[in-house]
Amino acid sequence: MQLRKILGITVLLIVICVLTALASDSFLSSYNVENLIRRTALFGIISIGVAFVIVTGGIDLSVGSVICLVGCGLPWLLTVHHWSLPAALLAVAAVSVGLGLLHGLIITKLRVQPFIVTLCGLLLYRGIARGFTDDQTVGFGTEYKGFRELATGQIPLPFIHGFTLPAPCIFLVVVAVVAAIFLNCTIYGRYLLALGRSEQAARYSGINTERMTILAYVISSTLAGFGGVLFVLDVNSAQPVDFGNFYELYAIAAAVLGGCSLRGGEGTILGAIIGTALMQVLRNMINLTTKHHNMEFAIIGAVILIGVIADELMKRYATQRRAARALSAETKAP
Amino acid sequence: MTDSPLLEARELTKSFPGVRALKGVNLTLQRGEVLAVIGENGAGKSTLMKILAGVQTPDAGEILIEGQATRIASVHEALSRGIALIHQELNLADNLDVAANIFLGREKFRFGLIDKARHREEARPLLAAVGLKVEPTVQVDTLSIGQQQLVEIAKALSVKARILIMDEPTSSLSSHESENLFQVIRDLRSRGVSIVYISHRLGEVCALADRVTVLRDGANAGDLSRSEITHGAMVKLMVGRDLSQFYPHESHAPGAVALEVEGLRTRAHPTHPLDFKVHSGEIVGVAGLIGAGRTELLETLFGVTPACGGVLRVAGKTVAPSSPLEAIAAGLALVPEDRKAQGVVLEMAVQDNLSLASLRRDQRHGLIDFRRAAEIGREMITNLKIKTPDGRQPVQFLSGGNQQKVVLGKWLALRPRILLLDEPTRGIDIGAKQEIYRLMEDLAAKGVAILFVSSEMEEILGMSDRALVMHEGRITGELGRSELTEESVMHLATGTQLSAA
Repeated sequence: MQLRKILGITVLLIVICVLTALASDSFLSSYNVENLIRRTALFGIISIGVAFVIVTGGIDLSVGSVICLVGCGLPWLLTVHHWSLPAALLAVAAVSVGLGLLHGLIITKLRVQPFIVTLCGLLLYRGIARGFTDDQTVGFGTEYKGFRELATGQIPLPFIHGFTLPAPCIFLVVVAVVAAIFLNCTIYGRYLLALGRSEQAARYSGINTERMTILAYVISSTLAGFGGVLFVLDVNSAQPVDFGNFYELYAIAAAVLGGCSLRGGEGTILGAIIGTALMQVLRNMINLTTKHHNMEFAIIGAVILIGVIADELMKRYATQRRAARALSAETKAP
Repeated sequence: MTDSPLLEARELTKSFPGVRALKGVNLTLQRGEVLAVIGENGAGKSTLMKILAGVQTPDAGEILIEGQATRIASVHEALSRGIALIHQELNLADNLDVAANIFLGREKFRFGLIDKARHREEARPLLAAVGLKVEPTVQVDTLSIGQQQLVEIAKALSVKARILIMDEPTSSLSSHESENLFQVIRDLRSRGVSIVYISHRLGEVCALADRVTVLRDGANAGDLSRSEITHGAMVKLMVGRDLSQFYPHESHAPGAVALEVEGLRTRAHPTHPLDFKVHSGEIVGVAGLIGAGRTELLETLFGVTPACGGVLRVAGKTVAPSSPLEAIAAGLALVPEDRKAQGVVLEMAVQDNLSLASLRRDQRHGLIDFRRAAEIGREMITNLKIKTPDGRQPVQFLSGGNQQKVVLGKWLALRPRILLLDEPTRGIDIGAKQEIYRLMEDLAAKGVAILFVSSEMEEILGMSDRALVMHEGRITGELGRSELTEESVMHLATGTQLSAA
């Protein structure tokens, strides 16, 4: 079922790539492809984080604001307060983990809905970032060139000329492999999937569902923070007003396109990455082949809606068929 | 025309994913009679009633009202033909008053506003007809469950129902409230209303019914006329054989004390301390009415809700489980009451459900031991005879009985010392039921201590070495195998003294 879903969205991705390549010469230029891969890698990391929360049946709307807080906080600490690089990195890491912990604790211990908790986070963290920066753009200027290579760096590929692999790709691969092993091969990943389907049944089976839920929010916030660092290294400077704006929605949409169900218990890491790629290619296509840049959100919204409806219809069909098969198997059995 | 029965159902069939609930059921109902429909859980009673009341539509078969073939596609259509269903769980808006509930959805208006005075006026004779002595302006949530049920009946009468279907109306009533309800039913019958009465309580059926229709496994098992209605005859038709053959119970010599409960106080009834023991190899039944605190007792033992006080000893060692995880570590397992919500993860595969509880024990530094998990899946599917195409099938597509075996298998993989079962055979068919009884027997023979809650008298009588009876949060009595009778259990369960009988 999940494999088929990934296959379906991969086919869709390829079709859109082919169509865009036919419509625009610049789509396959190495500059454009490198850029696409870089953006997919950056957004992929935060989508994976959000996927963990969605798997538990929750939602994290604070991702974009965590990115803003970290993305503005890091250059602010470095250039305004002249912290050392390790100290500043430690600080933003602690903030990212801490915010996830806070969300998780409020959601499980006080039983406030995830939507509300993370919506308040969305408002709060951007507000804080705008507060301490005085709404001024913060950036690295000409410093930290070496450090910025983590996001801007290019890795030449053997035997291929005129094309280099963007550095964030490495991070995406590492995060994705670790995340996939965690979700599919550890007991904790299985617990997350089980509690996403049925929190009660998981608890009655001896699973500490509160701790697992908290863990999911910590993973989401931590990866958002990591993404925030890479995003600001990539663009060099951040405006608190709109840095990371709507990124939580991109991440949620990518995870859902990639097969995560907002009802919980369903989702794959590979799906979230392909979903991210699809979103980025769609944006790219709109920019390259149409003059309606302003329609970007409308077109992306429509594509996601159609995708989710198609998925729901497929699922109903499969459930009916499966139920009929199970019934006939049971009546045949003695 | 007048010769034809008031209501007739012919060859009704209905399937749900994974279950054939009805396989060609017939039913006739005459004017002014009380027809009892009985059968074990999963026999198809509720499905049949829902079809008659328009809640569900049948896959095949027909319904005749006064000899006319009729399609009942919705609750609204059923009501317009005079058929009203009173659910086991009451459907009242308890924040509104009695009159508003009676006329809910059929409000009378005056100048475009609800005419409350007229509601009150018209509610009075209806309340008198059901013997409910409260003002129509009383808010429903201040009434007792028994009174609320009478409001439901008054509501049915307000639409001029000729056929009243009552699904286990006494399941949460006290004995006094039940008596009152029976009087109302007899009054209604004398006024020409026909009543379909569903109950597990055979004593009530003997006292009330003009005729009995017995269902078994989604089909008709037989009818009994007034003179044939006896306890033994009903049981025989319900289970399809004599009771003694149906329950595979053998008494075992109990071993050492496995579970010792001293002064345990649950959150639901913190003022009533509970004391009892269960020996290894012993099957102890917990009887009582709904709301007696039986589920709360099991959930407290299993750490779902922490205890307010008291001591719990497992094999002599004091434990205080504050979560299921700790209870499991102490050797307890719980097959919960709500199978679909608490017992299994419905959309997850059979094998993943079976290994869910034992993953932690079998882990390798946090990684799942996939080989061991698959082994457990295969072992349990074979040993418990779980009918599934393969281990990857999501549990939701299995029948209730097979789902329950998955829950049991999940725990058996951990080899628990004490098995707690909450309504272990609710809503499963008769074949699976017997398999679950056999399993309980096998486990007891292997020295597992079993404590099971059941609302089915037959099950308590048939399976217990000893029974605890609860009433409103207290253990009102303990009955040994030789003292176990339907009467002795009911007296303790309803809180009436044995001597008063």
